[in-house]
Formats: sequence, C-alpha cells, structure tokens
Amino acid sequence: MAKIHVTTTVNGDAVEFLCDPEQTLLDVLRDELELTGSKEGCASGDCGACSVMLDGRLVCACLVLGAEAEGRGVETIEGMATGDELHPLQRKFLEHAALQCGVCTPGFLIAAKALLEKNPDPSETEVRYWLAGNLCRCTGYDKIVRAVLDAATEMRGS
Amino acid sequence: MATVLKTDTPAPQSPHALKWVGTRPIRPDGVDKVTGRAKFGADLILSGMLVGKVLRSPHPHARIRSIDTSKAEALPGVKAVVTHDDFHDLPSEFVPAGEMLVNYRDMVRNVMAREKALYEGHPVAAVAATSAQIARQALKLIEVDYEPLPHVIDVVEAMRDDAPVLHDDLFTAGVEPPPTKPSNVAKRVEFAIGDTEAGFAEADLVVERTFDTKPVHQGYIEPHACVASVSEDGQAELWCSTQGQFLVRSHCAKLLGMDISAIRVTASEIGGGFGGKTVVYLEPLAMALARKSHHPVKMVMSRDEVFQASGPTSGANVWVKIGATRHGRITAAEAVLKYQAGAFQGGPIQPGCMAAFAPYDLANVKVVGFDVVSNRPKVAAYRAPGAPISEFAVECVIDELAKELEIDPIEFRLENAAKEGTRAAYGPKFGPIGLIDTLRKIKESEHYRTPLGPNQGRGIASGFWFNIGGETSASINVNEDGTVTLMAGTPDIGGSRASSCLMAAEALGIDYDKVRPIIADTSSLGYTFLTGGSRATFSNGLAVNEAAQQVIKEMCARAARFWEIPADAVTWEDGMAKPAGANAGDFEPLSFAELAKMAGKTGGPIGGHAHLNAQGAGPSFGTHLVDLEVDQETGRVTILRYTVAQDAGKAVHPAYVEGQYQGGAVQGIGWALNEEYIYGPDGRLQNPGFLDYRMPVASDVPMIDTVIVEVANPRHPFGVRGVGETPIVPPMAAIANAMEQATGIRFTELPMSPPKVLKALEAANGAG
Repeated sequence: MAKIHVTTTVNGDAVEFLCDPEQTLLDVLRDELELTGSKEGCASGDCGACSVMLDGRLVCACLVLGAEAEGRGVETIEGMATGDELHPLQRKFLEHAALQCGVCTPGFLIAAKALLEKNPDPSETEVRYWLAGNLCRCTGYDKIVRAVLDAATEMRGS
Repeated sequence: MATVLKTDTPAPQSPHALKWVGTRPIRPDGVDKVTGRAKFGADLILSGMLVGKVLRSPHPHARIRSIDTSKAEALPGVKAVVTHDDFHDLPSEFVPAGEMLVNYRDMVRNVMAREKALYEGHPVAAVAATSAQIARQALKLIEVDYEPLPHVIDVVEAMRDDAPVLHDDLFTAGVEPPPTKPSNVAKRVEFAIGDTEAGFAEADLVVERTFDTKPVHQGYIEPHACVASVSEDGQAELWCSTQGQFLVRSHCAKLLGMDISAIRVTASEIGGGFGGKTVVYLEPLAMALARKSHHPVKMVMSRDEVFQASGPTSGANVWVKIGATRHGRITAAEAVLKYQAGAFQGGPIQPGCMAAFAPYDLANVKVVGFDVVSNRPKVAAYRAPGAPISEFAVECVIDELAKELEIDPIEFRLENAAKEGTRAAYGPKFGPIGLIDTLRKIKESEHYRTPLGPNQGRGIASGFWFNIGGETSASINVNEDGTVTLMAGTPDIGGSRASSCLMAAEALGIDYDKVRPIIADTSSLGYTFLTGGSRATFSNGLAVNEAAQQVIKEMCARAARFWEIPADAVTWEDGMAKPAGANAGDFEPLSFAELAKMAGKTGGPIGGHAHLNAQGAGPSFGTHLVDLEVDQETGRVTILRYTVAQDAGKAVHPAYVEGQYQGGAVQGIGWALNEEYIYGPDGRLQNPGFLDYRMPVASDVPMIDTVIVEVANPRHPFGVRGVGETPIVPPMAAIANAMEQATGIRFTELPMSPPKVLKALEAANGAG
C-alpha cells in the first residue's frame, strides 16, 4: 500500500511525513514524528489524552487521519511552553498539584487552553463541562478545575 | 536541636521543628509532566523495534486442542510467534505481590493459556512483526482449534454443585473434611472472636441484609505497555509501566527461566495503576518475543484488551448481620463474603474479611469468606483490595441500625468506634488511630449542618485500610557542590518523588530544591517492593531517613577529622556540623555544602544507603459525608457536595494527600453509581470501552472538600501512615445511605445506575 506524503505545520514548524492511509494523526505524531507527549488512552475519542489543536480546533488526534493534516496547522503539548516560560496553565497545574500520574495532563492542558481562548472567564460549571471529554482517574478533577480557573484569572489580569 | 546520630532507630521529629515536611512545593517531575517530556510505557522508541500483538480467546471457556502458527510465521515481516510452548509449566507456588498473593502455576497460564482458555480475552498466542499492520494480519493467520465448554460468570452460580468447573484440580481449601470433588470454590476463610450467638441474644435490634457488587476496573488512563530487548548472550532489558519493577523482574525471571541478574527492568513513568499494575501481562510475552526474534519488541494493550484481560476487582455477594442495644452499642456482627477471583484463585477475600468490621470495637464477630473462580479475567488488586466491598455492606447495615434506633449515624459510630487499644477482630491491637477524630471533624463541619432540599439525601460512612511497609532500599549520593541525588525504587504514581525529597531535605537539613530524585532501575538499587499498600511514602521515609542519618554521621566524622577533634565531639544542627562539648565554639561550623566540597580530600565520596524491611505501618481511617439529589424522572443521581476526613498520620506534601482523598472519593462515586462489568449470556464482556464503562468525568462531580487529620504514627520518623487506599472504602456506603434518605429505598446492589434507580422508584411509587 503506497504511503501518502503530507506537508503540514506542527507547533509552528514546517513538517513533512509519509503515512499509511489508515494511520491516525496520533500514530503519526507519536511513531513518525516522535512527539510522544500526546497519549493514547482509548483510541476511540472517549478519554481525551490525545487532545491536540488542528487549525485552532480542539480534536482527539486518534479520530483524525494523518493525511488530514495536509496543509493545516497542528499544535501539541510539546509546543505549549515558550522558551523557558511555561504557559500559565502549565504553571498553575504544577502549583495546584493538579496532576498525580500525569498521563492525562497533556490532553487536559491542550483542552483547557482551547477553552480559555474561546472563553477567558469561564464559570466552574463551564470548565467542568468543557473538560468532560478528558478522563482523569487520579485527581477527582478538583485540583484540575481550580488550576484552570486560577490560570484564567491570571491570564485576564495580564 | 541536635539530631541523634543513630542509624538503627528513626529520629523522632518534633512537628514544630519541621521545615520541609508539611509544605507544598512543586514536584520534581512536574515540568516533565506538563510539557509532554515525561516518558510513559508506550513512549520509548528503540531502533529496530518490532511491534508485538496478542491473539486472544473469543470464548469464555474452551479447551485448546491445537494451535497452528505456521502460516503466521511464514508471513513476510513476522519475526517471532510464541504460544504456551514457549513457557515452561511451573509448579504451584504462592508469592506475595502487593497486597495479594500470586501463584506461578496460575501466572504462567494467565499470561498464555495452556490447556484451556478461561475467559474472553485470555491470550493464546503472540506475534512480533515489523509493523502493527503485519502483526494484526499475522494474528488472523494463527489457527486455534477450540472445544467450547459451558461457562459460568456469576459468583453465586459458580458456587453451585452443577456449575461448570474451571479447574479439575481445584479442591476447596479450609474445609473439613477436605472435599473429594473439584469445584470453583478455591478456599474458605474464617475470622471469629467472642460468641456471636450470645451477642445477638443481648441485642434489642438485629438487622441483616444481602448485598451485590459488580466488578469494577482500576481504570488507569495509560494502558499496559512495555519494550523488551534480549541480547544474544541472554541479557535482557525491559522498560514497562509498572507499580513494581523488582516484582516484574522476579516474575519474568521465573516465567522465562532466567537468572534475576540477567534482567534489568526500568519503570517508565506510570499513567495510573491503583493496584492493576502490580502483576504482569505483556512483559513476559514481550521478553519471549524479543528473545526469539533478537529484536526489541514493544507491546501496548488497546483499551478493549485492558478491560477484557487485565484485572478488575471482584464482584461479590455479601451477607451482613449486626445486632445492637437500644442505646446503640453493637453486641454482635457476622458476615459471609463471596468474592469473585476471576479465572484463577486468589481474589482479595482475606483482606475483605479482615477489614469488614475493623472500624469498630466489637466483642463478638464472625466473618466467613469464599474465594470463587469463574470465567472472567483474573482479578488484580484495586485500591484497598477487598475492603470497599465488605465495608460497603457493613456501613449500610450500621446506618440502618442507627436509623431504626433513632440515633445520629455519627453518634452511633462514635459509640462503637475503634480507638487506641482496641483489639481488631482480625487480631492486632490498634496503636493511636484517628477514626474518632474523623467522625468528630465531619460532625463539626459546616457541611453536616446545611439544610437539604426535596429529593436530596445526606449519607455518611467510615472506612479502614491496613497499610503496609515491606522491603525498601534508598540511596543518597552527595554531589561535589552540596546537592544530593536521591534514588528510590518505588515508581512515582502520584507525587512520591516530592514526598521523598521533602523527607530527605528535612532529615539532612538542606533545601528541598537541592535534592533531585530518580526512580532507580532494578540493577541500580537494592530490592524494593512495589508502590502499593499505601507504602511508598511511609517506607521511603524510613529508608530515606536512615540513609540521611548515615550521611550526617559521615559528615560529622569528616568535620572532626578536619578540626582534629574526636568524632563524638561534633553535633549536627540546622544542616551544619558544629564542634560540641569541650570544643564548642572553637571552630566555625561547616555547612553541608562545604563538607560536600571537601569530601574528596577528607576521605572520599559521601553517601548513605539504606536497605530495610519497613515495619510499623499505621492503619488509616476515614469518614466521608455526601449530599446528593435523585432525579425522580430519570433515576439519575447528582452528587451535590462531598467531604472527606481522613487520618494521614502526617501529610508530608498535603496537596498530594488531598489529591489521594479526592481521587479515591471520585473513584468510589463511579463504583457506586455507574461502573460495572456487563456480560452477555455468551460470556462476553459487552462494555469494554470508556463510552460504555462510564467512569466519572469532570461534569459528574463537585469539588471534593478534604479534612486532613494527623494522628502521628509513632513508628515513623515523620509520623506517616499512608493514605492512598482508605479513600475508596467509604464512598459506596455513604452514597447508598444518602440514597436511602433521599428516596426511602435501601439500595443493596451496586452500581446504583439510573435504570436501576428508576426501576426502584417506580416500584416504590407503584406500591405507594
């Protein structure tokens, strides 16, 4: 089966890769580009551990084909910090101890960033419903929700 | 205050003197985990790496007549195929694995079916190929000749005389006379004190109930994953997501017939475990494939495979009977517990029995338990294994007694609560414990006094877990600039690097950020038992403190040598060596960093290395309070408010202790309201995915309030008990008790999912 040649942008960098027609964007990111920050928890779009931004839209990378990235922009957890500066969400997750095992954390951070770009001043309920596509088994969500609300406050202030 | 320079006994610390323990710094591994840098099980990429996949039985119970792998082996790109022929049969031998026992005869059969496939998803063969596509194709080319057999799923049905028998050689242990006929009942256990018959005769009220619980999965977000590599001279390296790299090493050595020293296991970052990553599934298969193919092999489970073939905890049938006086004093308590073990014996029946009545000070107790096999995946430990099931049933009956006797449920529990000096029904006498404190904290809480609305209910329940210690090693290496490297052997599943570094900083008298930790591989550190049993922070604290005392002793000796005074004339204060006694004030103190810098000239590198068997784990008790609302039209239950009070002994990093309380409570909410394994009449699991196995999401739960009670464990240098497991014990009963208040219906079956609640509401309304 012939591979498909794809030209795309990942975290601002021009990237080319070859992928099988049935290969998901998640598999391409992890196996071809070695960006393993996006995680596979279910491969069915139910856990959100593979959340990435595709042309500014929050998607599960396991539900997108690698070939669909052609000509588009992909943002992953690896592109969230700027130089030495963590994104305020990353910092607030650390300050609030909003992670235990950390495997769901990249997905939560990408999803939370997408929320705050749409809605800089979400209520607790809005945060909870927006993040309902991301499973965390360790924290019970309390500290995650607090970290997102705190980051939103800080980002509005700056 | 001078630190006592003895390495054989822990140095008791005054809580007021603590500088680091009890603070909330950023965890050392934090940045890696918010940037995607942290490497989990599936994240390792080696050159020339193959992809391994498992062929699994579609049948819940079938004899395997033959397996033909020749077509798969002939497929281009396939580098190795393994079946049970690649593993030696092993004799029956029980060894501890976390809080459970494993039997190597069963383990070799669970990782690869031999005579029979015993559950849907039971591995029958595995392949390694140059791509995932080829590996999947190869699985389809393997021909297995099955003889399907009648199956049994339910625990009560599995105990019947006419049930299909899974193992012809399984005879019930613990009954007299020993049975002559094999059955699915692996063993009967019994714990008893006093005379329950006499106790019930003294009771003014006796309540008895039967409860049913379903198997629930640990639900870690990271599926099992590993990468194995075996060199031509038989030396193996294994990278895997596990709660215990040393256990993986010993299990693989046993199953593959290798020397322990020939296997180096590195624990990857672990994406959740909760007990489910204390056993091996893929690791021996990847090792066998790597050995056969001479290539590194990566294996990762799909989510379906995780549900079908890795351990949930037991579903169970539990009968409880408790009698009490009209003043609320319990006179006798009995329980019969029937726990599913899955396809092989060894469910958590023993701890389930021992924990059942542990929160109470009782004179007359009898608990009987049965370990029962059926055609389901072998159960694995899940957070306080066994206890949530038995304590759920007991806490429901306690609540019913309190209600009937018109006594406040907290007062009823206080009247009967275990305290220091209470002899537990399972044997030991409790030291200082915090159950009464947690009950009082809940009673005093603002939450307990807020009014409820219509269709709302409030419930409470208490819970207990033993906590364990065990074999633990730790090393502290002092670097040339006065920083230190701390090596621990317990995979960091929820912040234990942070707690270990805090305890090291405290013991050494240096800053937290001067301590950098690693989780050592099995060839770099002495044997260390797994992360489980709420033991990591407890046991590491003992080992880290001992290693730190060695460092301090050596630093004092170096200072003495430098000052040319006797070693015992040096004391250690505030992270500095100071001359003492007759020499006090004669020399300027030498700091930790100064002594580290001069180490090369004063005798060589300085380090401390502890190898011990941690004793004196302290049990942790908790009490949970929940408010909920029942939707009369849909049967949906909404958790409105939730408070956890639990005794931590000492919270080394309080934020991660709160996290354990909150996470355990929410797992318990899932267990109570939604989670269950659903089997069809064909014996196949119908909901092996997160869409249909519904774990709580952020919009299902409120904030979880926490109260950390600290009744110090006198047998730990920092007072630590261990906190991770107790929080999952009370939620199911607290919620069932709240449901009773909201609806007037006593739910005895978990989960209390919307269809079941709606049916019960309709039945009650119809009857009314």
